[in-house]
Amino acid sequence: MAEPILSVRDLHTEFAAQEGTVRAVDGVSFDVFEGRTLGVVGESGCGKSVTARSILGIVERPGKVTGGQILLRQAKGGAPVDLLKFNENQMRSVRGPEIALVFQEPMASFSQYYTIGNQIMEGITLHMGLDKKDARARAIELLDMVGVPQPSRRVDEYPFQLSGGLRQRVMIAMALSCDPRVLIADEPTTALDVTTQAQILDLLRDLQEKRGLAIILITHDMGVIAEMAHDVAVMYLGRAVETGPVADIFAKPDHPYTRALLRSIPTVMAKPRTRLPTISGSIPHPFNRPKGCAYHPRCSEIIGDLCETSEPPAIDTEHRQVRCFLHGGRP
Amino acid sequence: MSEAVTLLEVRGLKKHFPIRKGLLRKVVGQVRAVDGVSFSIRKGETLALVGESGCGKTTVSRCILRAMAPSAGSIKFVVDGKTVDLAGLRRGELRPLRRHMQMVFQDPYSSLNPRMVVGDIIGEPLLINGMTDREERRKRVLELMELVQLPAAYISRFPHAFSGGQRQRIGIARALALNPSLIVADEPVSALDVSVQAQILNLMLDLQDQLKLTYLFVAHDLSVVKHVSDRVAVMYVGRIVELAETEALFDTPLHPYTEALLSAAPTPVPGAVSTRIILERDIADPANPPPGCAFHPRCRYAEARCKVETPELEEIAPGRHVACLRGRELTLRGIAALS
Repeated sequence: MAEPILSVRDLHTEFAAQEGTVRAVDGVSFDVFEGRTLGVVGESGCGKSVTARSILGIVERPGKVTGGQILLRQAKGGAPVDLLKFNENQMRSVRGPEIALVFQEPMASFSQYYTIGNQIMEGITLHMGLDKKDARARAIELLDMVGVPQPSRRVDEYPFQLSGGLRQRVMIAMALSCDPRVLIADEPTTALDVTTQAQILDLLRDLQEKRGLAIILITHDMGVIAEMAHDVAVMYLGRAVETGPVADIFAKPDHPYTRALLRSIPTVMAKPRTRLPTISGSIPHPFNRPKGCAYHPRCSEIIGDLCETSEPPAIDTEHRQVRCFLHGGRP
Repeated sequence: MSEAVTLLEVRGLKKHFPIRKGLLRKVVGQVRAVDGVSFSIRKGETLALVGESGCGKTTVSRCILRAMAPSAGSIKFVVDGKTVDLAGLRRGELRPLRRHMQMVFQDPYSSLNPRMVVGDIIGEPLLINGMTDREERRKRVLELMELVQLPAAYISRFPHAFSGGQRQRIGIARALALNPSLIVADEPVSALDVSVQAQILNLMLDLQDQLKLTYLFVAHDLSVVKHVSDRVAVMYVGRIVELAETEALFDTPLHPYTEALLSAAPTPVPGAVSTRIILERDIADPANPPPGCAFHPRCRYAEARCKVETPELEEIAPGRHVACLRGRELTLRGIAALS
């Protein structure tokens, strides 16, 4: 396989609070390739959004990236650079032209006081050095590309005049305005209805095909992962417990959490009125992170003292990485 | 099932909200949030009301609970063998009836008072309805907590100490406190994580069997609906477009909107996407719905007459109701096409 555009290595991000330190991201590694989608999936508090924010260097205080590497192979070539060593000025030239972000809540992520055209043009004039007239033309072209009807009229509208689906299209147009090679989409369809979600996912697939975008898709929805991603990283309490190709992992999940999670999803294929297999207990509060393997209190395949006391290391097999003593790494 | 007793019968329910403009707040139009909805719920069954945002499903549930007054229509509810029409009742008349229908809310974070301990939250409906004896109330609260599988030790804790799933259990216990016959659950699991969602769905199924409850289950997620409901009503822009037994509706949908919804639901099977139907455009605006069938601008089977004639909900086969002019002639794809 080709060289990855972006490699995250042993990333650690912590939030210092009075009650103690929360290890929101605790040793996450993955690779992102051109024209492929990496799905990052997990339940609330697993650190999937903080991972995205760490890559872009926009973790909010008191959060701080405390370790690891984020290696980016830049468009201009040369050896990969570590984004964690970049200063704020250098990062600014990464956000937009190299890596762009699509947020979950399209309403909250726009300014209500500027037209959408204005907001798209801001990035274009800043990064691409176009004048106002050309930037406006480029904004209209982008709106057209993401399927906004009547783009030359819509460009002068305000975010509140658009429906949720259109707003998310505009958000994608804005993210693509400076031709990034990596697009991070953080729950891009969670706030949308299913029929609108289908439209947006279709758009993302289409854009990826045309432009060879590398996409990091962050979601809690295994259905969206199955449909969109080539590779997947399943996260639980700050760690990627299982990483590998989607088809393999869905067919034969190795980690007990992945297995339980896949089983507990309601599907339209089920017989009516059937009970679902469940995962016992609930996700621990980040301040009460269990010792050893963080999943052990809920795990149905726990190995006596071992899982309660020591953390399983990441074990690489052919196409997959798993953190579970059932699959090796016993001391 | 057919000889079962009807618990609730809704006929021609409408709820219009006026749009006001200008200095004098003159009414310039109406948002037809619910525009002629009819269905019935049998004792002991679960009817799911599904649809996308703005389709009016929540407004229907609020009218039934009389959290708002309907603009037209009747809501016949059977209480102690007598039938009453909730639609026309005044506040005072509604009060003694409220204990028979209770609600489970979507957001377990905002629906529990953060200043009350669990025991008081679950016990409040008992107190209001005259159970003034402290010890008696405590006994009933503990009974309810056991029913929803909450440890008794939690009785004196505040809601902030609990996870979303546990909070939803508290909300369910509170709804069950007065032995209601009808539970209206508005998106009860959509704010929960998947691993917890399954626990709450199972709990609701178990409670129904145990206590012979009747559910009106309002949801947008078809896969959740498939797991809990006996029958499903699909809403689009204020109307029911299809109503059928769950299995029939999923296997052989009769309305093009149902077909599109089923095909849009993401399934956790990699590579299942190729047959997807992608609807064009957005959901119609209930303040200004398109003429004829409200779904026609997005429908791939629409004909000229769909733009002028408004289809009524008709029973075209036993138990199968559909509001589509071409309902009898179309053969649509069910979930079998997804795998």
